[in-house]
Amino acid sequence: MARVIEFDFGTPASKAEAQVTLTIDGQTVRVAAGTSVMRAAQERGVTIPKLCATDSMEAFGSCRLCLVEIEGRNGTPASCTTPVAEGMVVRTQTPRLKTLRKGVMELYISDHPLDCLTCAANGDCELQDTAGAVGLREVRFGYEGDNHLVATKDESNPYFTYDASKCIVCSRCVRACEEVQGTFALTITGRGFKSRVAAGQSEPFMTSECVSCGACVQACPTATLTEKSVIEIGTPEHSVVTTCAYCGVGCAFKAEMRGDELVRMVPWKDGKANRGHSCIKGRFAYGYASHRERILKPMIRERISDPWREVSWDEAIGHAASELKRVQAQHGRDSIGGITSSRCTNEETFLVQKLVRAGFGNNNVDTCARVCHSPTGYGLKTAFGTSAGTQDFDSVEHADVALIIGANPTDGHPVFASRLKKRLRQGARLIVVDPRRIDMVRTPHVTADHHLALKPGTNVAVLTAMAHVIVTEGLVDEAFVRERCELDAFQDWAEFVAEPARSPEATEAATLVPALALREAARLYATGGAAAIYYGLGVTEHSQGSTTVMAMANLAMATGNIGKLGAGVNPLRGQNNVQGACDMGSFPHELTGYRHVSDDATRAQFETAWDVHIDNEPGLRINNMLDAAVEGTFKALYIQGEDILQSDPNTTHVSAGLAAMECVIVQDLFLNETANYAHVFLPGSTFLEKDGTFTNAERRIQPVRKVMAPKNGYGDWEITQLLSNALGYPMTYGHPSEIMDEIARLTPTFAGVSFAKLDELGSVQWPCNDAAPEGTPMMHVDGFVRGRGNFVITEYVPTDEKTGPRFPLLLTTGRILSQYNVGAQTRRTDNVIWHEEDRLEIHPHDAEQRGVRDGDYVQLQSRTGAISLRAKVTDRVAPGVVYTTFHHPDTQANVVTTEYTDWATDCPEYKVTAVQVTPSNGPTLWQEQYDDLSRKSRRIAPNRPTVEAAE
Amino acid sequence: MTVRVFVPSDSAAVAVGADGVVDALLQEAERLGQSIQIVRNGSRGAFDLEPLLEVETEEGRIAYGPIDPSEVAGLVAAGLFRGGDHPKRLGKPEDLPFFIRQTRLTFARSGITDPQDLDDYRAHGGGEGLAKARAMGPAGVIDAITKSGLRGRGGAGFPTGIKWKTVADTPAARKYIVCNADEGDSGTFADRMIMEGDPFALIEGMTIAALAVGASKGFVYIRSEYPLAVAAMRAAVETAGGERLLGPKSDPLFDIEVRVGAGAYVCGEETSLLDSLEGKRGQVRAKPPLPAHKGLFGQPTVINNVLSFAAVPHILADGAELYAGLGHGRSRGTMPVQLAGDIKHGGLVEVPFGITLGELVDEIGGGTLSGRPVRAVQVGGPLGAYFPRRLFDTPFDYEAFAARDGLIGHGGVVVFSDGVDMAAQARFAMEFCAIESCGKCTPCRIGSVRGVEVIDKIRAGQARAENLAVLTDLCETMKYGSLCALGGFTPYPVMSAVTHFPEDFGVIERAPQPAGQEV
Repeated sequence: MARVIEFDFGTPASKAEAQVTLTIDGQTVRVAAGTSVMRAAQERGVTIPKLCATDSMEAFGSCRLCLVEIEGRNGTPASCTTPVAEGMVVRTQTPRLKTLRKGVMELYISDHPLDCLTCAANGDCELQDTAGAVGLREVRFGYEGDNHLVATKDESNPYFTYDASKCIVCSRCVRACEEVQGTFALTITGRGFKSRVAAGQSEPFMTSECVSCGACVQACPTATLTEKSVIEIGTPEHSVVTTCAYCGVGCAFKAEMRGDELVRMVPWKDGKANRGHSCIKGRFAYGYASHRERILKPMIRERISDPWREVSWDEAIGHAASELKRVQAQHGRDSIGGITSSRCTNEETFLVQKLVRAGFGNNNVDTCARVCHSPTGYGLKTAFGTSAGTQDFDSVEHADVALIIGANPTDGHPVFASRLKKRLRQGARLIVVDPRRIDMVRTPHVTADHHLALKPGTNVAVLTAMAHVIVTEGLVDEAFVRERCELDAFQDWAEFVAEPARSPEATEAATLVPALALREAARLYATGGAAAIYYGLGVTEHSQGSTTVMAMANLAMATGNIGKLGAGVNPLRGQNNVQGACDMGSFPHELTGYRHVSDDATRAQFETAWDVHIDNEPGLRINNMLDAAVEGTFKALYIQGEDILQSDPNTTHVSAGLAAMECVIVQDLFLNETANYAHVFLPGSTFLEKDGTFTNAERRIQPVRKVMAPKNGYGDWEITQLLSNALGYPMTYGHPSEIMDEIARLTPTFAGVSFAKLDELGSVQWPCNDAAPEGTPMMHVDGFVRGRGNFVITEYVPTDEKTGPRFPLLLTTGRILSQYNVGAQTRRTDNVIWHEEDRLEIHPHDAEQRGVRDGDYVQLQSRTGAISLRAKVTDRVAPGVVYTTFHHPDTQANVVTTEYTDWATDCPEYKVTAVQVTPSNGPTLWQEQYDDLSRKSRRIAPNRPTVEAAE
Repeated sequence: MTVRVFVPSDSAAVAVGADGVVDALLQEAERLGQSIQIVRNGSRGAFDLEPLLEVETEEGRIAYGPIDPSEVAGLVAAGLFRGGDHPKRLGKPEDLPFFIRQTRLTFARSGITDPQDLDDYRAHGGGEGLAKARAMGPAGVIDAITKSGLRGRGGAGFPTGIKWKTVADTPAARKYIVCNADEGDSGTFADRMIMEGDPFALIEGMTIAALAVGASKGFVYIRSEYPLAVAAMRAAVETAGGERLLGPKSDPLFDIEVRVGAGAYVCGEETSLLDSLEGKRGQVRAKPPLPAHKGLFGQPTVINNVLSFAAVPHILADGAELYAGLGHGRSRGTMPVQLAGDIKHGGLVEVPFGITLGELVDEIGGGTLSGRPVRAVQVGGPLGAYFPRRLFDTPFDYEAFAARDGLIGHGGVVVFSDGVDMAAQARFAMEFCAIESCGKCTPCRIGSVRGVEVIDKIRAGQARAENLAVLTDLCETMKYGSLCALGGFTPYPVMSAVTHFPEDFGVIERAPQPAGQEV
């Protein structure tokens, strides 16, 4: 294996269609108009020395090494900033150019430390390479002149250092922060020789606005900005392209290795979801894989009050299998079930549901999408015929209007947010529908045209009012509706939304959105060009989550914003493989590819392939399993990679359900909160330790590649296979590719997918089959999957969760950039420095009324439960609304969330809880008791022979 | 009867006591019960005569100068208000030798009118250019400017008509007119004199440009060191707005905003000026794209110097042919030259191109003020070359100066007499570049610092020959490698000092002198 070295063409590719022919060093070159001379030369294999140019950003023209001579033009223009022209004759290497380049390099090196041998970038330094390339042999100025060699290092960021003494002021970091990331945290201070890179107002990186995305580090051509891991370990010697295991954006990374040690994760330029960009989590937060709390040996215990006992894999698997068999023998076939993981690979998820259906013999399988995007699947399938987003992320580059609803992309989907912000800086317009003033409302050089700060729980009323405006003001794309949609359904829907009761004016009192602002936003969405909807859990995690999804689909169809570039309805999916987990038949009612278990033909296909009988009735959903456990009919659960205790609503009910079971098998990296109630713990493997695939929010199936042996001994798919074999249902896969082959055989939308194809193409978007051998970037282009688009009437039904005198505030929840979901991984990295605890955001008005100051402990009480956490007084939330994150188990935010769920899919209503906030001294009784239980249940018995007490 | 007395409000006059002269005049008039009206005109540009006091008489305006406030009582006693005789009486100003060889087109009104009086402006031909422009239409205007041969007076000498046509031909919803009034060159003051002495001319010129290219918004970017010019321009813009010459009801629809720089020389470079106007750090942009295609806020932008815009009203009012008929070679029309340094008659000299450097310095300027022989003349600001007396036959013309490794720049001429240390001047050029570099490109950012250090070594006698070779190579790197003229032109003063004055660098054997040639 070798390092994956990406070619740097110096400037971005031109998207022009016209071609230009020119001559470079006597060779004829034909390139797209608008291409730089530098790139044209590089495409022909001629490398022009450069330092400030890199193809991820616009040409800058500052280093002056890439000068060339062009016939008929004066002087020596920079090849990076000079576009090609028809008939141009370029020379890249002449005596004059050689002298000039040497002269420039001599200046650089006259202010650069000569410590190459001990430098972290030794062998991986563009300055070093370029000095060699231009033939610099001496620095005649000497080294006694003015210099920056004694500049101090900024080591404040836990992941990288800024060593100003090595800075050549090429501004690549500054430009990366602006053009690629869009944070504008970096600048150049001072001028002339005193020009220096500075973070924020010349402060340490850590206290500046820097979001630690790593774009600057990646852009730096020297050791000025360097990963601390490279400083510590050395330069990598080989790399493997793989897919990030955090959010649903699905960034492609190069895992850069030295032996089996991971040196760094560097975003891969050819990654089609991220296009070479990354965020703090994927780029830096991989240290959990070797965290001391990671469990590497299987463990079992009789009772959950016992300490854990480390055992061999054989014993653990044997014990788990015998327990499952015992429970089934005792309580019936349907008394056990499994939960697949949205964090694991498609192949692993497929195996778990296969284990349940074929090994357990029931349909009691569910997945965490139940609590996040199940309404997306239901709503989009009802409207369009496919349970997935309609576009690829590249489509955002063509959007004229973006409507973000119930999503916080800069925190939850940062790399997509950067791509969206770039488009917005180019002039696209933005509508934000969110109770909270998320960063997208106002971020450097981006201001939302409209921020509709609705009352939590009124999404349907707001979107239907937008539809009212579109229909009553004649903004419907009638041609699209006539050609593409079901006309009767449209007519019914149009009549419904046109009723005065749906107007913005009529619904203003309920939604708190000013009618005029809503009207303007609706007009902009309908008439502003290609309009794309991006949404998240703020849409789905409501009692009307599925209705909201359909309301968005209605808007998109009514305005013709489906099936074209820059438009669509796009869920921003939370987990790396939540799309894949849904695709893989993780739901109790569906086999792979969203085919219902009641469909005889589908079932027959699986029954033949698996040689088992499959129930034609759906099995239990997670919440049904827990209810049944409390009732005493559900007794054993196999959970792969999900922490339902922390992530599911109404924690006390979840804990009661788990506590009532006789055998809980948890397969995870850490003793998570659910493991407090487990009897068998099977140590899981990280995404670095196995092969497989993840499917991101744009239906893109991407390879996950094993870069090191599993520290725990097995990949997760192997563990499931061991369990299945122990249960008596044989599985004999030698490699995950064989599992994918089986998925492809059994799933029409995956028929063309194979590891070989993924190796060849990098990734494919399903459907991938004979009709679309290279996948499908955009859905519903010429027709909807279901035939004609379906308009569904979206009556606004307020949630039963209501504020009142006792619970006057509405709590909504979300996440923050540095932490991921329940934090199992990110809390075990230095990311905790950014977010060491969950805080309750409360408006100054509400805080004042309650005598709450910033940083005070407050009790957050709902009808369900109470927790304590510290307050953050901010006007990001509107009066009457409070907000918190749920990354830390000691906060237990889900103790307060209710059991109300989406009417169609049971997705919990996390986003609306009526609460009261009162000053408090510290943790609630529940938190204290739970903390105690949690400490006790994590005890592991000393694994050594008992020594007789010596006399 | 009320007597009109003129005392310039120009910074150059105020700096030498013009305001005190006004106070003294008012005092004396009140004491005598004489009704007077004091007009704060602009300066005529004969700075050795400032404060130049003029009184309106039946035979015309009679000048006295230079006047110290303490002399006012005596002047009044001698019959100042009737144009009475006095040792400081200069007669009619237009007959002074300093003005006789000048051709005042751009500066036709400066020093004559009340700069803030729009009626006065109109009475002296103001507004005729715009009226003609309206009649000619955009294409006609651009054609006239092209035919006049007007070239950018900021220093680059780019044909103004071509620039305007480029902007006119670039489709965009919004276009801008930007006036570069960041006059930072040492020994220059012509922009300031226009803004303080005839601001409506600049407004008219910019308005004509707006009409020609279809721009709706203009900016005047003035250096912060010009507080009086800023105030004068702001007042004039307000007056013009009140008269519907600017603002929402103007024709063409055009408005001007006055912005003040923050003290960076490099912001006189057009692209860093645009960045500064956008609220960014004043840093040079790479070209292309040209500002004419993607300028201010990414929109097509005409960016011209004050003198370029101020030349426009005359060209349109009196015809492009008249303007083009003046000049020399490819340098047409007149150039407002600014004489400074060790010179007897310093100030503003507007002459047709073609006059020689010697005529400017020796004849109009009257030689050095100190009376010592001229040793070197730096033409074109701090980045201009030093010319020895041997090259005094060089005609003032863009190409002629370029042919002798020099430049006319913004028309600044600074005279040094024989006490000057040219190695120190070369060092100063590098130091100036080091202080004023924006820091973007390597040759300028690091090269200027190394340049100072190498010259220091040469002056200290360390390995002179080797270090002179290093300096020469460095100057080549800066000249051809720099992103903008700051780093690119710094080698001019340095290498001209080395070439023409090698003895100051410790080179005993004089290098063979390039012969002064006819151009």
